[in-house]
Amino acid sequence: MNQLIIDRLQAQFPSSIRGSEEFRGDLTVTVRTADIVAVAKFLKEDPALAFDMIIDICGVDRLRDTERFEVVYTLYSLAHKQYLRLKVLASEETPVVPSVTAVWPGANWHERETFDMFGIKFSGHPDLRRLYMPEEFEYHPLRKDFPLMGIPDSLPLPRR
Amino acid sequence: MALETLQRDGFLTARLDDVINWARKNSLWPMPMGISCCAIEMMATASPRFDISRFGSEVMRFTPRQCDVMIVAGTVTYKMSKVVRKIYDQMPDPKWVISMGACASSGGMFRSYSVVQGIDQFLPVDVFVAGCPPRPENLLHALIELQKKVATERTVGSLLHREPLYIPERPQEIEASKSANAGNGAGAAL
Repeated sequence: MNQLIIDRLQAQFPSSIRGSEEFRGDLTVTVRTADIVAVAKFLKEDPALAFDMIIDICGVDRLRDTERFEVVYTLYSLAHKQYLRLKVLASEETPVVPSVTAVWPGANWHERETFDMFGIKFSGHPDLRRLYMPEEFEYHPLRKDFPLMGIPDSLPLPRR
Repeated sequence: MALETLQRDGFLTARLDDVINWARKNSLWPMPMGISCCAIEMMATASPRFDISRFGSEVMRFTPRQCDVMIVAGTVTYKMSKVVRKIYDQMPDPKWVISMGACASSGGMFRSYSVVQGIDQFLPVDVFVAGCPPRPENLLHALIELQKKVATERTVGSLLHREPLYIPERPQEIEASKSANAGNGAGAAL
């Protein structure tokens, strides 16, 4: 099944697939950031693949000079009982990734969470607000350069 | 002379403070501010096995307007602190606060950017309860301690003006109040 996924993606998007790796049977495909929506749509609608369920979307902060952030999509095909992991990369200067909410509506809150925690913006998202932190909060706590105990006075408490 | 006459006629006399405090301390209606797992132990305290009604506190009111003591049972995040304070402000005077469990009292195991490291940074706490979560007996003990405190409060002279007898201060907070941004303890626990 993993080889089938790679073959079909390579045939359909020869220039969009940046690479793939397999670890203990789990396939990870790295996709060019601009093409994520097209790839997602194909993976969902191709009957041989039918990845109709978005399990999770998360961010990774690699804290490196180029392409600092990763966005990881975990997909599941109910018909074929198959998992697939997609990755796209985003730079620190323009951390923007196209939103896949048009493909899977369930991606809405996952992308809001990733935006809240990492500051990765999802272009085309219908309602990109913070999910966990207060809306007036200015930082993104899961970035590696964010101190564990927070920034002093960034979260005001009520007066005693 | 007059007192003796009264007592002969079947009256008892007492200080007004004592009477009011006796009534107050035996009908402390809790505001169950159950925010996480400590709330389960708080519910167990209300169950027949531990029976908080022995102390007159079985009337868990879910509107703050009818409450005397707020039991903050659980982890308070910065985002939640505004809500907790708002509900506390809606409670009528006189009011008291029990900080139940390690999280509410000190942040507990959540030493993190999002969790308030002790609710005494924004609430006047009367009794802290240790434990993670505290046993129901532990919460009952806190209630008894609060009753002792209520019994010794001055009531008649301060009906309009309740001043807490004891507000725990932290060294960091004292330092923070010395600096310009007094009253804001947001980053004081760093």
